[in-house]
Amino acid sequence: MTANWSGQVAIVGAYESPRRVAAGLHPFAIHAECARGALTDAGLELADVDGLATAASFPAEGAREMAVAEIAEYLGIHPRWIDGTDIGGAAPLSHAGHAVAAIAAGLADVVLVTYAAGGRSWPHGAADYLTYAHGPGQWELPYGPSTVATYALAARRHMHDYGTTAEDLAAIAVQCRANAAANPDARYRTPITVEDVLASPLVADPLHRLDCCVVTDSGGAFVLTSARRAERLSGKPVHVIGFGEALGQVSMSQMWPFTATAAAASGARAFESAGLRPADIDCAQLYDSFTITVLLALEDLGFCAKGEGGTFASAGELAPGGALPINTDGGGLSSNHPGRRGALAIIEAVRQLRGTSPGVRLDDPHTALVHGMGGSLSTSSTLILGV
Amino acid sequence: MTASGLAPLADEFSQEYWDAAAEDRLLIQRCPGCGQYQFYPRRHCTGCFAPDPVWHPASGRGRVHTYTVVRQTPNAEFAADCPYVLAIIELDEGPRLTARIVGASRAEVRCDAPVTVVFSPAKDGVTLPNFALVGT
Repeated sequence: MTANWSGQVAIVGAYESPRRVAAGLHPFAIHAECARGALTDAGLELADVDGLATAASFPAEGAREMAVAEIAEYLGIHPRWIDGTDIGGAAPLSHAGHAVAAIAAGLADVVLVTYAAGGRSWPHGAADYLTYAHGPGQWELPYGPSTVATYALAARRHMHDYGTTAEDLAAIAVQCRANAAANPDARYRTPITVEDVLASPLVADPLHRLDCCVVTDSGGAFVLTSARRAERLSGKPVHVIGFGEALGQVSMSQMWPFTATAAAASGARAFESAGLRPADIDCAQLYDSFTITVLLALEDLGFCAKGEGGTFASAGELAPGGALPINTDGGGLSSNHPGRRGALAIIEAVRQLRGTSPGVRLDDPHTALVHGMGGSLSTSSTLILGV
Repeated sequence: MTASGLAPLADEFSQEYWDAAAEDRLLIQRCPGCGQYQFYPRRHCTGCFAPDPVWHPASGRGRVHTYTVVRQTPNAEFAADCPYVLAIIELDEGPRLTARIVGASRAEVRCDAPVTVVFSPAKDGVTLPNFALVGT
């Protein structure tokens, strides 16, 4: 049954930093740049903001566990509602979902969600472990996991169980690059082929360098308020009509089954709250830390059957004219991935529904699904937006 | 060979596991109440939430559920180890654990290949359970 909050809250402003490399710039400065951009886009001022959500505890994000307080202080605001949910790249989607509940409940009127990181330049050489080497991590970290290696484990088993090929995965990277060609801010715009992906160095097989997202210094922000207040603003509101979140595992020994993720749960919750089915979605921004991240999401969210993600991608269904156009700005694979792509995926969905995408502009889409995947296929958060 | 890596930080509870590994014994846990085997070790059973599952000697036999050959890593402790085979092993008892595939034939690793536990010297004098392909 459609949730009672569905459509009651709208995203009224969105801004993605055009930066991709910003050596020496502290990430907090990018937060402020993005907050200003999103508020200007909304026709609101910083003084209107009474809710703040952010996560910034990765080394390249510049804050520690008090991140939401650090960012509020830096911006110079004292919000009455806060959310510091910290679940990797999916966090900004959960921030948006939680903000919807807060606004619908009257706990906040205008919520600012910001994200920024110097993933490329600030600092250098940080490790990417998700846990400490004590507690549960003592049985995993000594073996040398890395973020890409954990996704490679999932890709390998998917290939074994379903016959998915390296070419299938490469097709996802090729499509994202094609979408980036029109985006003047995209990190990489020169078209690539499946052969180019397969010829790029293996990082953790079966994943090649071109199966991995770009690493940038950048950020983004968006502003939510009630649908009623949105009517009095000049911009085109994008309504939040569905949301769901779910947890998988952090230790890879606990991933079960190895070819499905928490997206199955977060997606089902999002569709139920929106009263929609996958066939009702016009376009999607799917988390693309790696090509396998997209493939698993396609299946787990219900856009194709389990095991058919590779065929779906290779058949061109992700292209602008396909069954499900994705990552229309180039995504994290080609445009921008400072650390938590989720914020930028939401922003591109908003732009697409407003007809202002800097990448591929689809023909009058009315619904967009945004999916976030954090950690090592650990956390899932799914939003459905509509105009 | 043991300068690289990252040592597990044992605690009062887990010390028994690492002491056993140093004697070439792999321990998992079994719940005396519901009988479930589990790994990684915890102070409760994830099947019935009863406290204090007991240590149980594992067969040391299992299959490679999945694996990857790590050729590059951002994690400096392991850069010198590249390339290495990181794997998820499904033990015959049921639980899965994270380990490496080691041994001369590791390049022939495949999903579902049978493996047996071996014990490798690691950082700070710790012994890590790893796995080798059976029959090689």
